[in-house]
Amino acid sequence: MTIAIEVDDLHKTFKGKREVRALDGVSFAVQEGTVFGLLGPNGSGKTTAVRVLTTILRADSGSAKVLGYDVQKKAALVRTLIGLAGQYAAVDENLTGRENLQMVGNLNHLPRAVVTDRAVELLAQFNLSDAADRPLKTYSGGMRRRLDLAAALVARPTVLFLDEPTTGLDPQSRNDLWEVIERLVGGGTTVLLTTQYLEEADRLASTLAVIDRGKVIAEGTPASMKADLGATVLEVGLASIDDAARTGSILDALGPHAALVNGTVVEVTVDDGPQAAMAALRALDAEGIAPQAFNLREPSLDDVFLSLTGHRTEDESPEDPDGGLSPRQKRKQKRVQTLEGALPVATGELA
Amino acid sequence: MTTATITPPTSGAQEPTGALSNLRWLLSDTATLTRRNLLAVTRIPEALFFSTVQPIMFVLLFRYVFGGAIHVPGGLSYVDYLMPGIFVQTVAFGSVSTSIGLAEDLQKGLIERFRALPMSRGAVLLGRTTADLIRNVFVIVVMTVVGLLVGFRPTTGALSYIAAVLLILFFAYALSWGFAIVGLSAPNSETAQVMSFPLIFPLTFISAAFVPLASMPSWLRGFATYQPFSVTVSACRSLMVGAASTGTGRSTAFWVWQSLAWIVVLLIVFIPLAIRKYRTRT
Repeated sequence: MTIAIEVDDLHKTFKGKREVRALDGVSFAVQEGTVFGLLGPNGSGKTTAVRVLTTILRADSGSAKVLGYDVQKKAALVRTLIGLAGQYAAVDENLTGRENLQMVGNLNHLPRAVVTDRAVELLAQFNLSDAADRPLKTYSGGMRRRLDLAAALVARPTVLFLDEPTTGLDPQSRNDLWEVIERLVGGGTTVLLTTQYLEEADRLASTLAVIDRGKVIAEGTPASMKADLGATVLEVGLASIDDAARTGSILDALGPHAALVNGTVVEVTVDDGPQAAMAALRALDAEGIAPQAFNLREPSLDDVFLSLTGHRTEDESPEDPDGGLSPRQKRKQKRVQTLEGALPVATGELA
Repeated sequence: MTTATITPPTSGAQEPTGALSNLRWLLSDTATLTRRNLLAVTRIPEALFFSTVQPIMFVLLFRYVFGGAIHVPGGLSYVDYLMPGIFVQTVAFGSVSTSIGLAEDLQKGLIERFRALPMSRGAVLLGRTTADLIRNVFVIVVMTVVGLLVGFRPTTGALSYIAAVLLILFFAYALSWGFAIVGLSAPNSETAQVMSFPLIFPLTFISAAFVPLASMPSWLRGFATYQPFSVTVSACRSLMVGAASTGTGRSTAFWVWQSLAWIVVLLIVFIPLAIRKYRTRT
């Protein structure tokens, strides 16, 4: 197999009031025709990696290649091969859906007739034909994201970068978008996807790299990562801190994973959910402990992090959500949230 | 969602090669973005409406409220003295929209998308300034009509008037590049607007635009006479209603050359700075 994206020891430090090491020696490789998930919390360096790979930002050191071309030395060529959509890549509010796609087509220097046809084709594929000639102001959050993705596909890129494509979307829109991405991959496109959601990475990506504080801390298939982690998390809520501490040692003894006591809540990763739950309940009953809450859930990114790094995905302070986000990007994030807040109404109007 | 299959992507874009084709793409990309920026103007007609309401209010205020108390040189009526000043003031205020537009594109992430496209690097700034230039043509036409309605009567003929309008547009274009720097430095469009006004206000009011220079204290008069905005007003006034109207004893040619010299200097300073700012802005 051929390598489509190759990143080697990438470093990028943002200088400002406070130095932020957004990329601190990131390396990974993506096979052609696969989906590679870059998984990490806010501020881990995902977006910075995507911005370097899409020629938007220059790295301080290290190399990044797309289809064998260095993104700095061959930037103009790389730009003809890639598409970018997601969190920060945007569409023009004042134009219609069709005008947005045609603008991107023209800026890609496609022949005029191709631009017109391609816009029609993409609008149909993304279920936006009815809204084609309405300004984007009337679009719902999900429609905007679909158009954003369509815009990234206008020039039929060989490598597609999706930066948190579903962040801030409601579950239905998220599902719709996942289906679109899955079909795309079926067509042979190489995709690099960044996400904060393990569920998303699990569903879409064939290979994952977990990134934290500018470093890749784990790499593998979603299955192997989940296996390392344990398939499910058992969560027990108790009446008192004392009970929680006792429960912690009881669950520890059941093994093989260590339990984590957090206030009155005890968490432990288990390999066989139902079996482990029954064993845990019996053991607790034998000790005379009555749980207030008892849950089995899928492991979250938080659990992956906890097991890999020993620390939780911190809620980054709002001053520094993505390892050096500019004020513009912070506002963008806020704007997207506001937008999503209005989403149900907008969707209702469309129905 | 759609049930149609997504076409398997293969690159269809053309790679730019050679200086001539680079220039061709620069022009074509600039045209694309100019069109896009002008479409935005037509989509928010309120913005254009209110950007002409403000200068109209200035015309009415100075024509009917302050004008009676201002005595102008050369036995001119005040409205004839005022209108060339209003034209230049209007386009100068209008050039602030360059900073707002760029700050907005940065803020909304559009420039991020442009940077990842195989388009000409210079087209974002050229497309923005060109769109603002075209917008100014429209604004000057509106203001000319308003001037005629309140009694403005140019005396020097059509050619002279057109020369004055071209000079105003050229001056506004130079200012646009200056405000491009402001827009690229601002964290958002609101701040870009707030940052722009302290720059434009002293230039437009400590000037020959509304009151004769002779009425100002001597320490202020030097700046008020020769700063770029003022010489452009004097040049337009000379071209529209005759050189005597400036009350300085200078000829029309003197003011036109002064103004052109300023415009060239501003462009030489602003364009490289704006391009640099665009390149380094992360």
